Amino acid sequence: MARLKLKEHLINRDWCKGCGICVHFCPKKVLEIDSQEKVVAVRPEDCICCKLCELRCPDLAIEVVTEQPDQDDAGKDSITTNEDATKTSEASTTVSKESINTAGR
Amino acid sequence: MTDNINSNSVNDNNGIKPNNINNGIKANNIKFIQGNEACVEGALYAGVDFFAGYPITPSTEIAELLSKKLPEKGGKFIQMEDEIASMCAIIGASLTGHKVMTATSGPGFSLKQEALGYACMAEIPCVIVNVQRGGPSTGNPTHVSQGDINQARWGTHGDHAIIALTASNHQDVFEVTVDAFNLAETYRTPVILLFDEVVGHMREKLIIPEKGELPIVDRLRTSVRKGVDYHPYLPREDGRLPMSDFGAEHRYNVTGLFHDMWGFPSNNPQVVRELLHHLVDKIENNVHTITRYKEHYLEGADYILISYGSSARSAIHMAKNRRERGEKVGVLELQSIWPFPEVMVREKCANAKAVIVVEMNMGQVMREVKACVDNPSKVFLANRIDNKLINPTNIKTLLRIIQGRGV
Amino acid sequence: MAIKDYIRQRYFPQMWCPGCGHGIILNSLLRAVDELGLDKNGIVMTSGIGCSARISGYVDFHSLHTLHGRALAFATGVKLSKPELRLIVPMGDGDALAIGGNHFIHAARRNIDITAIVMNNRIYGMTGGQYSPLSGPGKKATTAPYTTIDNQFDVVDLSIAAGASFVARSTAYHVLECIDILKKAIQHKGFSVVEILSQCPTHYGRKNKEGDAAQMLEVQKNTTAKLGSKALENDPTLIPRGIFVDIDAPEYCEEYDKIVQRAMKASQSGKPEEPLVNPLIQQSCVTQ
Repeated sequence: MARLKLKEHLINRDWCKGCGICVHFCPKKVLEIDSQEKVVAVRPEDCICCKLCELRCPDLAIEVVTEQPDQDDAGKDSITTNEDATKTSEASTTVSKESINTAGR
Repeated sequence: MTDNINSNSVNDNNGIKPNNINNGIKANNIKFIQGNEACVEGALYAGVDFFAGYPITPSTEIAELLSKKLPEKGGKFIQMEDEIASMCAIIGASLTGHKVMTATSGPGFSLKQEALGYACMAEIPCVIVNVQRGGPSTGNPTHVSQGDINQARWGTHGDHAIIALTASNHQDVFEVTVDAFNLAETYRTPVILLFDEVVGHMREKLIIPEKGELPIVDRLRTSVRKGVDYHPYLPREDGRLPMSDFGAEHRYNVTGLFHDMWGFPSNNPQVVRELLHHLVDKIENNVHTITRYKEHYLEGADYILISYGSSARSAIHMAKNRRERGEKVGVLELQSIWPFPEVMVREKCANAKAVIVVEMNMGQVMREVKACVDNPSKVFLANRIDNKLINPTNIKTLLRIIQGRGV
Repeated sequence: MAIKDYIRQRYFPQMWCPGCGHGIILNSLLRAVDELGLDKNGIVMTSGIGCSARISGYVDFHSLHTLHGRALAFATGVKLSKPELRLIVPMGDGDALAIGGNHFIHAARRNIDITAIVMNNRIYGMTGGQYSPLSGPGKKATTAPYTTIDNQFDVVDLSIAAGASFVARSTAYHVLECIDILKKAIQHKGFSVVEILSQCPTHYGRKNKEGDAAQMLEVQKNTTAKLGSKALENDPTLIPRGIFVDIDAPEYCEEYDKIVQRAMKASQSGKPEEPLVNPLIQQSCVTQ
């Protein structure tokens, strides 16, 4: 199954308060806090586009911009792999394909 | 419908405006009802379509009657969990574009003060009826008092202006209720109706005016079109603020914090100062248009009784009696208490030998009168605070003392 | 639409402290609304006072920032007067259950179609870290220097007892679950309560040595478990998450519409008006 492909991490440095939540929970250690206490993507090549940093950002300061996958159902898989708690729940399956795509727009 | 008219009413024809005693009255427009019911009729005439309340003596009949009448016309009635919630609910309903009202008495009025201040700050049109009873605290639920005059003015915290109206007979109860809705819409403000237990529970005649006989002010809505910036808190040149209903195309913020023209919280000193000036000035600068009063035998009066609500009935009776004996006694009946009609009172009392404020409290309106007349030492208080209606004899006793005639 | 289409961008960055869970809840809520494809003009967000209450200023819905604890009472007025609007009412824990406790249980009792979100960070944040009715015993707060002795409410149990027809709990950490639950709560017809455990690193975290925001989210992850999960079975001290109640029950505004229909019918059929009050009973109140 094709994964979402990363285009870029769009980080709004005016909104970021450097709380470090995204850095702490990034499964691939893509993000770090810089000397100005703002988040930066230091290893974008490792990003698996789970978008949990975007979802957990209290400041709405991160957007993981992805390219549309080739296959329509690719997004679902990439999201459900990363939050243990929702793996078994109905949650992941009710998230429509369309909404996942738009969430990452 | 009974044919019985108010034969025991102390009111003279001065109490009823001529346009209400025209010849074309339909029989079913004449009612013999309680003051609380007259208030309901006035509210319905003015277009009330949402009421939230909580039972409290002596105002409960207003809620009872509206719980029946509102759904009949597609309006909504809700009995909330307390007076606080009732006040909050009507503010919410006003924001969706409805004419709203709540009714209560002393203890409930205290509870409403918090949200009343919110309505002042957020400029939400609404009408609050307070059928006054004995206080403080639980006081005397089934008996009369006029002790909430100052609470109506300063019950909620912070500088603000307020409109409070009152009435002494059912025809006036009806009319000031209609007026209250009109003023609430005109000035985007809460308006308080200060009735009292006697007026609320007494039965007398009410003639319901035909549709169109009394003016009705409807909600002023913005003409700003969709897609164009709407500033909910930017007054027009005339000081009025057109509203947009919740659910319509303009989405904006409403808050009890000091706010900018968008309705968003601001503590910018200039924004704070200007907003407070606006809130106070929009009412205080219009005292002359808000002022409502009636004169009874006032021409050339040496002794002026200033009164309002049920105590005005005794004052009018006394004045009528004295006039018949050739004494120059008249009554200035206040129908708007706040903003206090200082200029009018000063002018009316300029030539009086003595001014006697007749009320059922420890002198709440008397202090206002003293503050505005040329010579405060000629102002006296004829009051009764035992939760019994002040009667003409009570007033006459004081008048005789002032006149140097002894009791 | 993008998430940013649902916010009033000119008021960002938002005013909450770094790492505040309320921001994550805002984030989840916006996504829930987005995924449901709701019309912004059809939503009214009503909030009370406190850190949580500032959420209403940031969303591009009709927003009503009201009085401490009273958000549900205002929302009831909005909803009943215009039932076609969707009401979302985010509240803090003190806001919803201390000063607003009465409004909370009565809104639940009526089963009026409002979505109540309790953003539970177990502290009064805006006033500087006093204990709340959800702090629970043994916690430190600026008004509990020797630790609290007050028991806490269980929001889920309370809501169920009060009659809410949809009751759920999630955390700021479990974002996907939270989005899903919020979607269901918003779509639910009737009074829905979603308790979302949130973190206040500034006050609660510091006072109670729970670490920074990320560590507090770890606590949410480690001390909760999904309803029906093995983990919860093995360790009943974990806080259960998920949907506890989701039932169909008569909704207040719909029931009132039936009253309106009945009343209109009765008045049109011209039945004689019953006297409101028996004049004889009232005589004692008439002026002497």
